[in-house]
Amino acid sequence: MIWITQLLNGVLLGGYYALLACGLSFMFGVMRIINLAHGDLAILGACVVFFVADATGISPFVALVVALPLMALIGFGLQRWMLERSLRAGLLVPLLTTFGLAIIIENGLFEYFGADSRSLAPYIGDFAFDSWAITGNIYIGSLALLIFVVAVVLLIGLKLFLTHTSLGRAIRATAEDSDTAELVGINARYVYAVAAAIAVASAGLAGVFLAMRETFSPYSGPTQLIFAFEAVVIGGVGSLSGTLVGGIVLGVAQTFGAQINPQGFLIAGHVVFLIVLAGRLAVGAIRTRGGMYGLFARRP
Amino acid sequence: MTLLAVEQLEARHGLLQAVRGVSFTVDAGETFALVGANGAGKTTLLRTIAGAHRPAAGRISFDGVDVTAVPAYARLRTGIALVPEGRRLFAGMTVKENLLVAGAYGRRGHWTLETVLDAFPLLQRRLNSRAGNLSGGEQQATAIGRALMTNPKLLLLDEVSLGLAPIAVEAVYRSLEALIKAKATIIVVEQDIGRALGVSTRVACMLEGRIILTGSARDMTREQVTEAYFGLQRARRATS
Repeated sequence: MIWITQLLNGVLLGGYYALLACGLSFMFGVMRIINLAHGDLAILGACVVFFVADATGISPFVALVVALPLMALIGFGLQRWMLERSLRAGLLVPLLTTFGLAIIIENGLFEYFGADSRSLAPYIGDFAFDSWAITGNIYIGSLALLIFVVAVVLLIGLKLFLTHTSLGRAIRATAEDSDTAELVGINARYVYAVAAAIAVASAGLAGVFLAMRETFSPYSGPTQLIFAFEAVVIGGVGSLSGTLVGGIVLGVAQTFGAQINPQGFLIAGHVVFLIVLAGRLAVGAIRTRGGMYGLFARRP
Repeated sequence: MTLLAVEQLEARHGLLQAVRGVSFTVDAGETFALVGANGAGKTTLLRTIAGAHRPAAGRISFDGVDVTAVPAYARLRTGIALVPEGRRLFAGMTVKENLLVAGAYGRRGHWTLETVLDAFPLLQRRLNSRAGNLSGGEQQATAIGRALMTNPKLLLLDEVSLGLAPIAVEAVYRSLEALIKAKATIIVVEQDIGRALGVSTRVACMLEGRIILTGSARDMTREQVTEAYFGLQRARRATS
């Protein structure tokens, strides 16, 4: 029975990872930018909500109304005044730029909030640990379920937005070929900035959920970046449904690992990630060298 | 009435000067053919007119307004649309999406999804196919349809017959003739001199970044164009 519970927990945790990863995947899919500050932007979102909730006493869920547009605005500005310029210098420069941004965010938050671990859990009362009994001895956490539902709704919503609205189609067209997109009347700079706004706002949302389910500190970002990265790679880059699958695979691997051994949480996740990565490379090699034999044949 | 005026236009690719001091005008309702060998600067000239390439010097005015500094996406809204060389469709999107994405940002007018499909009936049954899976002729029709969706006053066609089967070229030109009859203003870049002379009212021949011959398509002979095309006049002058 414990395994079924852990499977459910793993799937729900996967929802969080999908939420965290979708912005990273989206930004890479549209702008070819690997945003190394993605995890830190998530933590920044959590800090904004923490700041608002702490100062005013309003619920963190209400504080999202302020925080998400603010994060979107930050994303828009980052693209317009920083990433766009660095993209012009080549594909590798944004990697350095976002790495620098990550350091600035981490230390900026440290400067302001200090090194203390914090959590939004106290601000949402019982909801942080409430659960429902599905059968006599299988329980699922209500916060975990909420996060999963939000992730699925966001991914489906994003997919519908990309296929059925003109701005969504413009984003896809620009992602494919920005030069030609301009020739059909699309302002590619604006479209890129909108895509960055969506990505950063979704990261902020994921960060807030992280802060509700556990503790965070100014330096929590890089760990989250690694989880997001693993979910993206497992699920396949640029595919929204793949991101959900990738998140779930990672989440289930981690909870199963933790069930086997309390130390197994991280290791199991990394191992599954490496197996998928190695499998991908092997399949790629088989395809390019023609059949299984090619994999073991000597390179010419 | 002059629709497009290009004055002393220069365009470069790094150190390479592709367009050298080109000047010409196109009147409304005219079909203007641009011929010339590979590397003569035709594509760069069209891309500069469309705003996709920044000119190094010179002036482009459209409909009486100086548009030299206007970026491509905004120039499209003034009524200039380019069908780029190699079609450049959004391969991962469907034919319908390719058409709609252009329609969303262009001018309003006669051309809508329905009228474009009337003009290119072969696209009707391919509407929900990915553009990357179409045949060359279908892709070219989609590319022209995509440009028409923006209701341009001036349509720039770059090598629409390149890489197409003869039968597909025929179909594309048949639909172009319908456009020409409807008094559209078109600049067409074409390698096939016979076709260029047949479809246009005026012809200009480019050589090494310059226009070296212009004239009415009716008065010009194939031989004259061929000479200019290969730069024979200049070669003869040099030897004599």
